[in-house]
Amino acid sequence: MNLNATIIGQMIAFALFVAFCMKYVWPPIMAALEERTKKIADGLAAAERGKHEQELAEKRAQQVIHEAKDQANEIISQANRRGNEIVDESKDNARVEGERILNSAKAEIEQEANRAKDELRSQVGSVAMAGAAKVLSREIDDKAHTDLLEELVSQI
Amino acid sequence: MATETLTSSDYIRHHLQNLTFGQHQDGSWGLAHDAAEAADMGFWAINVDSMGMTLLLGGLLMWFFRSVAKKVEAGVPSGAQNFAEWVIDFINDSVRGSFSGRNALVAPLAFTIFLWIFLMNLMDLLPIDLVPEIAKFIGTHVFGMDPHAVFFKVVPSTDPNITFGMAFGVFALILFYSIKMKGMGGFIGELTLQPFGKWAMPANFLLEGVNLISKPISLALRLFGNMYAGEMIFILIAIMFSAGAVMASLGAVLQVGWAIFHILIITLQAFIFMTLTIVYLDMAHQEHH
Repeated sequence: MNLNATIIGQMIAFALFVAFCMKYVWPPIMAALEERTKKIADGLAAAERGKHEQELAEKRAQQVIHEAKDQANEIISQANRRGNEIVDESKDNARVEGERILNSAKAEIEQEANRAKDELRSQVGSVAMAGAAKVLSREIDDKAHTDLLEELVSQI
Repeated sequence: MATETLTSSDYIRHHLQNLTFGQHQDGSWGLAHDAAEAADMGFWAINVDSMGMTLLLGGLLMWFFRSVAKKVEAGVPSGAQNFAEWVIDFINDSVRGSFSGRNALVAPLAFTIFLWIFLMNLMDLLPIDLVPEIAKFIGTHVFGMDPHAVFFKVVPSTDPNITFGMAFGVFALILFYSIKMKGMGGFIGELTLQPFGKWAMPANFLLEGVNLISKPISLALRLFGNMYAGEMIFILIAIMFSAGAVMASLGAVLQVGWAIFHILIITLQAFIFMTLTIVYLDMAHQEHH
């Protein structure tokens, strides 16, 4: 174990190996490692972005569902209101119609009654005339008495 | 294993001797046949085993990660890429945690240091005689060498040359970046004008100089010391195998225990070397005061 020129040989070998490593070994492997690190970082960032977007989409979906529910509720209440209105309208219509029918019936009855009265009136006149004529046929002037009786009929 | 022809101290000595190539006393070049010859070769000699193992391990390391880097993709990783990314991620985190500046060199440097030293240390977990015996077989049958002269230290980080080589490499980077970031004046100022102000320059320089020099020395010696001691314990346990059935079975238990504990040490030492390198370079990039 003498110190000899092996020291110099080893220094040269050392320098050569370090130079080789520095030029041909370290840079390509480091470059690959860094590229992978970047890839992974990009991937993670993309995943994060995707997650964020999904959250936004979920929020949006919730909002849409909420709006749809509100709309549905409004439509239902509108429909209810409209239904009530229709029912009320129908009731009114029915009442008006009933009144109209009642009125026309009343009018008809009245008309009918008037006509009957008129008929009666005219028939009472002629019956009275016929009775009176039968009672008084002998001596009474037919024409003068008819005028009296008609006057009487118009007062009934 | 220690054979009948080897005493325990021979066995230990054999395991601690590097296979050294250099100039003999008589002027011819060749492998040293024993420790004394290796020592006589002086500075201009090479530890063939350490050098060969570091180059082999470093080459395997770079080949594996280069093959991953060639077909790396940013999609879903699989197989080897998974493993490579795990390692690289771990080292990148360590660098980011301790290094505050921006420097494209530091992370690959830390990567190379950690894994290379880890692999060197990992050789400690190979059976202690496996590779030396293979080397002895090849040495005697292929090269016609004397079997006792075929030394082979498998764990390069038990060779101070290797640890100092790496530590000096780191030290050179510390100096380079200190001067580059702070300028020559700033660097010298840092060495001489603190902590006591400009009237105590020699004292400051003494303190800061020791501080600076201790960085590579401590890096190299810490790794070397830990691995050398670990290796030594493996050698001592291996000696027990030749000392009767009782000692051998005790040795087997110790072997397993120490190997498991050593897994922690080899990783920890590699990690410490890397972390301290990062910290030292971080300090080199920062203005202190």
